Parts: sequence; structure tokens; C-alpha cells
Amino acid sequence: MTRFAAALVVGAATVALSAGAAIAGPTLDAVKDRGEVACGVSTGLSGFSIPDSTGTWSGLDVDFCRAVAAAVLGDADKVKFVPLTAKERFTALQSGEIDVLSRVTTWTLTRDVSLGLNFTGVTFYDGQGFMIRKDLGVTSATELDGASVCVAAGTTTELNLADYFRLKGMEYNPVVFSAISETAQGFDSGRCDVLTSDQSQLYSLRTKLDDPESAMVLPEVISKEPLGPAVRQGDDQWFNIVKWTLFAQLNAEELGVTMDNVEDMKNADNPSIKRLVGTDGDMGEKLGLSADWAANVVAQVGNYGEMFERNVGMDTPLEIARGLNALWTAGGIQYAPPIR
Amino acid sequence: MSSRDSESQVFTPRPALPPPPRTVGLAGWARQNLFSSIPNTLLTLLSAYLVWVLVPPVIDWAILSANFFGDSNDACTGEGACWVFIGQRLNFFIYGFYPDPERWRVNTVFILLALALVPQFFPMVPAKVRTWLGVFALTLYPVLAAVLLMGGLFGLPFIETSKWGGLMLTLVLSYVGIVVSLPVGTLLALGRRSGMPIIRTICVLFIELWRGVPLISVLFMASVMLPLFLPDGVNFDKLLRALIGISMFWSAYMAEVVRGGLQGIPKGQYEAAAALGLGYWKATLLVTLPQALKLVIPGIVNTFIALFKDTTLVLIIGLFDILGAVQSAIVDPAWGHVAIEGYVFAALCFWVFCFGMSQYSQGLERKLHTGHKR
Repeated sequence: MTRFAAALVVGAATVALSAGAAIAGPTLDAVKDRGEVACGVSTGLSGFSIPDSTGTWSGLDVDFCRAVAAAVLGDADKVKFVPLTAKERFTALQSGEIDVLSRVTTWTLTRDVSLGLNFTGVTFYDGQGFMIRKDLGVTSATELDGASVCVAAGTTTELNLADYFRLKGMEYNPVVFSAISETAQGFDSGRCDVLTSDQSQLYSLRTKLDDPESAMVLPEVISKEPLGPAVRQGDDQWFNIVKWTLFAQLNAEELGVTMDNVEDMKNADNPSIKRLVGTDGDMGEKLGLSADWAANVVAQVGNYGEMFERNVGMDTPLEIARGLNALWTAGGIQYAPPIR
Repeated sequence: MSSRDSESQVFTPRPALPPPPRTVGLAGWARQNLFSSIPNTLLTLLSAYLVWVLVPPVIDWAILSANFFGDSNDACTGEGACWVFIGQRLNFFIYGFYPDPERWRVNTVFILLALALVPQFFPMVPAKVRTWLGVFALTLYPVLAAVLLMGGLFGLPFIETSKWGGLMLTLVLSYVGIVVSLPVGTLLALGRRSGMPIIRTICVLFIELWRGVPLISVLFMASVMLPLFLPDGVNFDKLLRALIGISMFWSAYMAEVVRGGLQGIPKGQYEAAAALGLGYWKATLLVTLPQALKLVIPGIVNTFIALFKDTTLVLIIGLFDILGAVQSAIVDPAWGHVAIEGYVFAALCFWVFCFGMSQYSQGLERKLHTGHKR
């Protein structure tokens, strides 16, 4: 044990010295010193964070990290991606290994209150849903009485499923697997009629079926799973920056500011747009950032709609409709306070 | 009568008859080995049936109907294996996130490793050369590899360990594990047999502590708990944490393997060494330890192979070893159902390395076979 302790101390000392990236004081200064935002993402979840053949990350969660980097450092590529498993994600944030956790994390009271972190908003309104085979002829989850349902064991998914069927007074026959990928195989091989999981996951599992066209995702959502980025508690400035990065993307979509037209928009007359792109007011300064912070975000990553469509939208293999994630002006619930 | 006598006294043997046709040739071999009894015949038929049922579809899937060329999912017909996927993702599987322009450094490290290790398999290489290559592989090589991979010296750009991945990371983890665990394990084994109570207690505690917990919990402690104990701002490398965890864990196992060898040596050897006037270290290094290590080569290599395969557990702390790289690639929606291809590829990589280690150990056993074998 002493040997181990000694090794740890020596290792810690050498690494701390060689990396020289000690986090001191507020997160913003540390990030600026380091020249990159350390961002925790999933280890591989299509549409949200996945490395391609060259090892470049892409996805909705990844793009949000890039947006934060664009706002803070003016360059969306200055991100250090730290792939994290579900179990170590909160520790990585608490210990300062990462500055932002953007890893399909559901915002719940317990997590917000007791884990020493703050959720900064919702990048994706998810919810548990059902995928069925089309030849079953079912169009609504209320018609699933007596169905056999594939579900991953030990998850909130399993509990939500039981709650839903009890509430509706329906019978079901659970077929339990240990991991989500196995449930998909079970569904594919006909072990069950229905597969349940978070909707975003259902869409990506659907692409991996032998015949994706034979299955469909039902419209009903039986649980609330708002997924959003989180930061460490206790650094309000950093909390505000991350929160307003997302709000800026939402406002940009609402105001029609896109990746392509953001340069032209700097000459716009609309005062809301002027405040957003930094030609009027001192919004950036108030956050401790440059005046064109939001313009950088939109120019390099895009507004929220562009980010959504590029990663999970109808033109991607996932084919997720905007639904709840549409702006409040378009029938969804994505709503951002004004920048003023 | 007399003439008959003189003629027939010489015995001229007739040429031997050919063996009965049912015992020679293919038929004879088959009769003796495959159809010698009713149970044997049944087993043979059953096996033949299984081979007939299993092998052709596998060959068809893996080779005949498989797609080898192309650059996207469209090149895969879906009838056989989609090896295009492996080809397209090969760089990621080997180098992980290592930046493209710097990959020559990884290649150099691979080539140096091959230069140091491959000659060990060939007896025609002079023994002296092989010894020096072995010494190089255990001493200078790890330093050289660390400098090359990490950079930050001699004008090489610094590459963070978070960018390491794929086969390269698997090899780094297992090589460091092997190179550290054997000497540390040997010292622990000697310590556990020591007459000095403090050293013995420390070694026993160390071994029992590390051996008593699963590797997964060691890795979890290193990646989840440890950062919380460290003061703010001290944040040391995740890979280093995993390396220390793996090395310590397997040192404890190695200690027990080596201790088994030390116990297998007759007491006379210890006494003879003492009678020659050799001190503890000389007696250990010249007499007992070489014999002990030779005795437990199978056990040592067994531990090495287990270590090599267990490096995949770093997956759960978010490090992308080759299996992690494969698993993150197969969920890519741009590709169809490629999970089997990915896992087959990963399995093949592991098999090649484990089989190599096993072959080397068998060669070593034959070479060092000096009379203990019964």
C-alpha cells in the first residue's frame, strides 16, 4: 500500500508539473489559460457524440461543446473531448477534469440538488417511447395490451414501463436484457413485439435493425427526459456563460440568424439581432466574453435548429422530428429568454 | 534324397505379404482412428455433420459473399461480411484519436517493438543478439516509446494521453503491465518469503489487498474515487491512473505465481547455495530465482495473457482501447449492421497477440528444458 501511495504521489506530482494545467480560481480564467474547453461526452452514441473514422467527434452534445468553445475562445475547435461512461460522468465534473458535461444527462431534482452541479438548460427534450414492428398494425401505445416488451434491466426505463402499464390497466410481458444493444437484437430476432427505451435511442437502434423500414417509433412519450449540459456548482460566471450559449443559439434560430447569414446580420436593423451579434449593447462584456461571442457561436456551430438538423434531424439516419424540440413559435417548447 | 538335401538346405524367405488392405492407407487410418468402435463411429459422424452444417456458412459469410472493397456502407451487399467497414475504420481502430500527421511516431514504436520481439521466435538469430534485444525491450524501449508517443521533447509536439486509443492503447496498457508486474511481482514474492517481519507483513498485505478486489473496482477507484480525494487543481492523467491500477493488480497475481516457483525448488538448492558461501541476493539471483522462474513459465505467461485480455476493462472508465474503439464505431448510423464484423476483428487482434505469447512461452520451455521435466 505504501508503495502504491508513493507511486500515486510521484505520479500526481509529475503529471501536475508536466501538464501545468492546474485549475485555479474561476473556470473561465482556467479555460482561457489552457486555451481549450474540456468537455465530457458519451463514449459513442449516434447523433449525440460519436467519433468518425479519423477520430473526429460529431453529434449534438459534441456541437454544444464546440459552441461553448466558440463563445469563450472564439474557436469552436478548441475543445478537448473527454469520453465518459455513465458512472464516472459526475465525478469527472466534480473533480475538475472537465468544465462542461454534455453527455445526454437527464435533468432531475436529485442530480441538480445533491451532486454539486447545475444544469444549464435543455438541449434535447427526450422521453421514453416504444418501437414496434409495423406489421403489428398498432398506431398508439394504448393498444399495446398483452404485448411482450423488450427492455434493459435495472434502468429507470424498466420502472417507467411498469408504471405506465399499471396506470393504463394493461397487461404486458417483459423480456429483460442486460444491455440496450441486446434488447435491439432481441427485438430484431422476434423475441418481443415492442422495444422500449428513450426515443432518441430508439431512433438510433432502429438504424441497426436488419430492416429498419419494418419498424416504427410510436408517438407517445411515457416519461420526461430533458437532456442538458451541466457545470460545476459554485462558479456562477461559468454557469451563466454555458447557459447563455444555448440561449444564444435558440435566440438565433428564432431571429433567423444562421451560419450562412450571420455576417450579413451584423448590418441588420432589428435591435434584437444587433444585441445578439454584438453590434449593439455590451452583452458579451457582461458575461466576461468578447462582443461577438454569440456571432462566433452561430458562425462556427450554427443556431439551435441547424445543430439539431445536422446531427439528429430528418436528413440524418436517425430521422428524429423536431417535435418538442421545435421553437415555442413552431409548436415546440424550446424557449429562450431574450438577450437584452 | 541327397540331391534334395543339398538343394533345399538354404532357406530362402518368401517376400513379406503386404499388410492387410484394411489397415493401410487412408481407409486403414480412418478405420483405426475414426471408426474403431460404435461410439467412435457415432462421434465421427456427428462431428462430420456439425462441420458440414457450420463451416460452409461461415466461409460463405466471411469470404465468398463478403465485401472487401469500397468506401462506404453502399459497397456492402448485406449478404456476407462487410469488411469494408473494418478497412474504413482501421486507422481509428489502430491509432484512436492520435492526430494523423503524428502517426509515424506510433508506427516507429510498433516497428521497434517488432524488431525487439520477433527475433526471439527464431533460434537461428545468435543468442547474444537476442539477449541484447530482450534487454533493450525491457529497459531502453519503454523510455523511448514514452518519449515518442507523448512528445513534448526534441521538437515533437505534445500529444495528450486522452488522444491515445485503439490497438496502440491496448499495447501500451499491456506492455507496461507486463514490464512492471514481473519484476514487482518477483520482489513481492521474495518479500513474502522473507524472514524480516516488517517486509513480510507489507508484502502479504499488498498482495492480499490487491488480489482480493476485482480489477473493475480497482479501475473504478482510480477513475471515480481518486480524483475526489485529490486537492483541487491536482488532476492527474486518467491513463496513468489506469496503468498504475493494472500494474499493481497484476503484480500481486504475479507474486503468487513466482512464489509457487520458489516453493517448488528443493530445499537442498537453498542449502547448497548457502554452503557455497553465497549471500542472500547472490543465492537468490544465481541459484534459486532462475530455477523458480523457469518452473513457472506457464503460470507467468498465463498471467500475461490474462493481463492482455483484461486491458479491455478500461472501457468502463472511458478509455478507448481497441474494443472500445470498435464498440463506438459499430453504433455509427452511417453503417448498417456491422457489429459482428467489428467484434470478429477485435477478437482476431487479441487472438494473434495471445497466441504469439503462448507460442513464445512454449519455445522458451523447450529451450530451458534441462532435466526437471518428467
